[in-house]
Amino acid sequence: MSFKIASSPHNHNQKKTPVLMRSVIYACIPGMFAQWYFFGYGNLVHVFLACITALLAEAMVMSLREKPVRKTLMDSSALLTAVLLGICLPPLAPWWITVLGTAFAIVIVKHLYGGLGSNPFNPAMAGYVMLLVSFPLQMTMWLPPESLQSMDLSFVDSLSVIFTGFSTEGYSVNQLRMDIDGITMATPLDTLKTDLARGIITAESLAKPVFSEHGGIGWEYINLGFFVGGLYLLFSRAIKWQIPLATLLSLAVVSTIGMLVSPDTAAAPMFHMISGGTMMAAFFIATDPVSASTTDKGRLIYGCIIGVLVYVIRTWGGYPDAFAFAVLLANMGVPLIDQLTQPKVYGHTDKADAGNKS
Amino acid sequence: MESLFEKVQNGHIWPLTGGIHPPSHKDITSNQPIGTLPLPETLIVPIKQHIGVAGELLVSEGDKVLKGQPLTTPGKGLSLPVHAPSSGHISKIAEHPIAHPSGMAEPCIFIQTDGKEQWVDRLPVAHYASETPEYLIEKIKMAGISGMGGAGFPAFVKSATPRKINYLIINATECEPYISADDSLIQRQATSIIEGIDIVATIIRPEIVLIGIEDDKPKAIDALRQAAEHRDDIHIRVFPARYPSGGEKQLINILTGQQVPSSGLPLDIGVLVHNIGTLHAIYKAVVCDEPLISRIVTVTGGAIKKPQNLEVLVGTPVSELLQHCDFKAIKNQRIIMGGPMMGFTLATTTVPVVKISNCILAPGKNELPSPENEMECIRCSACADACPVKLLPQQLFWYAKAKDYDKTAEYNLKDCIECGACAYVCPSEIPLVQYYRVAKAEIKAEQQEKILAEKAKIRFEARTARLQRDALEREEKQRLAAEKRKQALEKSGNKSAVADALARVKAKKAKAAADAAAAPADTAAVDSKTLSPEEALSPEEAQAQKKKAAVAAAVARAKAKKQAKKAQADETPVETVAESQTQEDDSALDPAQKKKAAIAKALARAKAKKQAKAAQANEVPDEAPVEEMPETQVQEDDSALDPAQKKKAAIAKAVARAKAKKEAKEAQANEVSDEAPVEEMPETQVQEDDPALDPAQKKKAAIAKAVARAKAKKQAKEAQANQTLAEQSPIPIDKDKEAQPTPDNEDDAAASVELAAQAEPQDPEEAKAQRKKAAIAKAIARAKAKKEANQ
Repeated sequence: MSFKIASSPHNHNQKKTPVLMRSVIYACIPGMFAQWYFFGYGNLVHVFLACITALLAEAMVMSLREKPVRKTLMDSSALLTAVLLGICLPPLAPWWITVLGTAFAIVIVKHLYGGLGSNPFNPAMAGYVMLLVSFPLQMTMWLPPESLQSMDLSFVDSLSVIFTGFSTEGYSVNQLRMDIDGITMATPLDTLKTDLARGIITAESLAKPVFSEHGGIGWEYINLGFFVGGLYLLFSRAIKWQIPLATLLSLAVVSTIGMLVSPDTAAAPMFHMISGGTMMAAFFIATDPVSASTTDKGRLIYGCIIGVLVYVIRTWGGYPDAFAFAVLLANMGVPLIDQLTQPKVYGHTDKADAGNKS
Repeated sequence: MESLFEKVQNGHIWPLTGGIHPPSHKDITSNQPIGTLPLPETLIVPIKQHIGVAGELLVSEGDKVLKGQPLTTPGKGLSLPVHAPSSGHISKIAEHPIAHPSGMAEPCIFIQTDGKEQWVDRLPVAHYASETPEYLIEKIKMAGISGMGGAGFPAFVKSATPRKINYLIINATECEPYISADDSLIQRQATSIIEGIDIVATIIRPEIVLIGIEDDKPKAIDALRQAAEHRDDIHIRVFPARYPSGGEKQLINILTGQQVPSSGLPLDIGVLVHNIGTLHAIYKAVVCDEPLISRIVTVTGGAIKKPQNLEVLVGTPVSELLQHCDFKAIKNQRIIMGGPMMGFTLATTTVPVVKISNCILAPGKNELPSPENEMECIRCSACADACPVKLLPQQLFWYAKAKDYDKTAEYNLKDCIECGACAYVCPSEIPLVQYYRVAKAEIKAEQQEKILAEKAKIRFEARTARLQRDALEREEKQRLAAEKRKQALEKSGNKSAVADALARVKAKKAKAAADAAAAPADTAAVDSKTLSPEEALSPEEAQAQKKKAAVAAAVARAKAKKQAKKAQADETPVETVAESQTQEDDSALDPAQKKKAAIAKALARAKAKKQAKAAQANEVPDEAPVEEMPETQVQEDDSALDPAQKKKAAIAKAVARAKAKKEAKEAQANEVSDEAPVEEMPETQVQEDDPALDPAQKKKAAIAKAVARAKAKKQAKEAQANQTLAEQSPIPIDKDKEAQPTPDNEDDAAASVELAAQAEPQDPEEAKAQRKKAAIAKAIARAKAKKEANQ
């Protein structure tokens, strides 16, 4: 009788990559729910579109690379990229924005660099930045929160706007973006930035209807949703605490300093925490294992870089939100960070060296 | 602040960094009694069961052995004996698959047990405390005790260290899941284990003894605490179970807060670690004088119906254990020897249990999923978190996969202990350890190759240096020899050996001249021969000297002749002879020069002869030896010449000879007798040349010769009817069917023409014409000769 030959270890904890990917997707649900609640069906449509595109693009590339298609699709990594990108897009952006962005993320950013595990940049963020730079108009089609919207948007309306540019009643996107007072809405971050640039002080700007007590109406809950999802990831050990903590802490510290230095031209740390994509980026984007640092110390540095860059770009940069740029810039630094933050291997520490000498 | 040592004493624990916590499954077997296996019919005892070299066989096939009888005797260094686990006889000694990941076969002793369990005589040591460390170490060695934790390092070597040991650490961790062999041993043998510790402690005298044990073995901990109750030198350290706390280096760090330097030994930091099973074996070896012939093996896993710990004789085939514990194989059954993390699968269950086998694991269905569906690394660094050595497995994997072994070395691959924690946690199910093993093997092979290349380089360089040295030495020798000769020459009043020879020859010649019957040249030849061996330092030199001597002899002869002639008032230009002949001693001369030299020589000889003959008609007999010498010489030279040149030389010689003869005859027509021996030589020479000639040439030559012979005969007859001696020359010629210059002066012209025709074989027409001419010339010559003879 012959027995199976295998190499040790003969055991595995059965925590597998596809499971990991899917658990990150599930963790997005609270945030997506908040997004839906405040801004309608737009993002759900985009997420769906992105998922379809991602799967098709990945299947195409894998068959071109003559690699197992099914197995790769089953790892859910492309789906995760699609979900993250879909969440980031403006709710009423045209459909081709999603398709283009997702295809770019999967084909160019992921597979041209060697596929899963080999891409130096976060695919979702690289796709987002490509869209933002190439199609600034479509990429800033943000809606006012539902409470401020001049007309209700049904699911069919959202679909219609995304695919045709007009709602079923014939309103254009720009008309839809106007609030009840007939003013085109921007995101809270954008509003504040524009106001500050016009010389309006922070307190004045924050009095506008788009803002709530601490941040923008709706945005605070969306961030809360992603924060909850992030905590789930932390406790399920899908991600490690270093990157989110370092990102949020550094952003808080830098914004506190900014506020202390110039309270009239800077937003409060809390505002930074719950505006834009802060929580989503800190827990879901920056923690992408492939493009982030892999050492514990490196992760802290990596998170700090992102936090600081976000503040810098939000305050002085040309774009209202900054996570995509900050993450990509930090991605570039990862090889160096990893190189410099290697842990001391057993037997190579000072302790061991001392023992060697004695 | 308390020092590190105080911290250790006070029970401080430095928890394992990294590591994993797989389900332990130890309780399946740990609480059961230790079973015994019925005595197997055949025991297969591998002669090497430890790290190091095997002992030398003491037994042979057919021998009867008693239980505990040594089967091998250890050699020097890391060598241990093995013992007969039971009494019986040796049925065979042959290769058999052993407990090794590769399933390789090694020499094993097969013992057919007789069931009597008859022991050899034993010498128990009652009071080990009063024995010398050396005696105890020898006892441990001769009991064949190797580390029972897994590596199988000879226990006596560890104990025989002269270095200061601060901590004696007893490894009771048993961190691998499923295994409870040590656990159940401790539960039952705690007292004897403590005694084993005492034995080792009397040898190495540590500051403090630490027993490290994981908290998932409460019964064993209790047993140890009880056994060591009144001992304040033995400390039991309990720490949370976490794989791989039981790794030697890991345990040292957990208990002492110190790290063993990379590629160093625990001894370097004053630590000695023994497995707890080893201590029990030491106790048995010293106190009971029982060698290591049995051990406790955990037989467990889902495919085992009656999992338990068994007391097993070393050499028992695994199949016996499985059978005893009701093993039911499933599809794709794995039989793992050792634990699930670091054990290895067996291809066959005929493999025997050895000293290091602590577990036989036969997982059932859905038990112990092995990583199979390898995916891309997503750099999640779960592996880095699990690594107890703090390596970066994902980087190592990346470089190992890319075969960038320099980089893997840079990332400290050699510090990997292959615990498998990284592969256990890898979400992409990458068999990381396998990649590292391959990389390690490749690095090792590369280093081996480098060493070999380095050795080859050293050898080559040494050889080159030696050859250069030899060449220099040879040059030096030659230079010295040359100087020596020069000095010798200067000593003898600026006269060379040649001159000496000449002098001697002169003297003799003078005598000969007086006697008119001596052969002075012979003595010259003899002189040259006696001279050469004296200075024969090297073959080349000897040759050169021989040549020189020959030359000298020839010169001497020539001079002798000359003087003889002078004495008879005849002036001849013999200088040319000497000059042309001395050229010969220069072995560096090119063939063309040699040829010339040969021709010149021949001419000179001829002239010399001629004059000699002209001068002394009665001294002709000495010409035979004279001519012999130069000719043999020429033969030697010939080998270097190409056929065409040889031919020319031969022609020249022949011409010279012919001339010489002619003159001799001119002088004395009646003395033909000496010509026979003279002509024998050129003939052998021509024979040698022949193979190089093409058939056409040969034919021509033969014709020419025949003509010449005929003429010669005719002339001889015509010239001197009364001198029958002349008939002798044609006889050997006929036999050889070779050309032969005829004694008559008329023929010499003909011969030369004919030979010239041979020298230019490319033009048959010309050759014919020449032959005709030659024939005419010969006819004329004959006529003249007749005329002269008549005169």
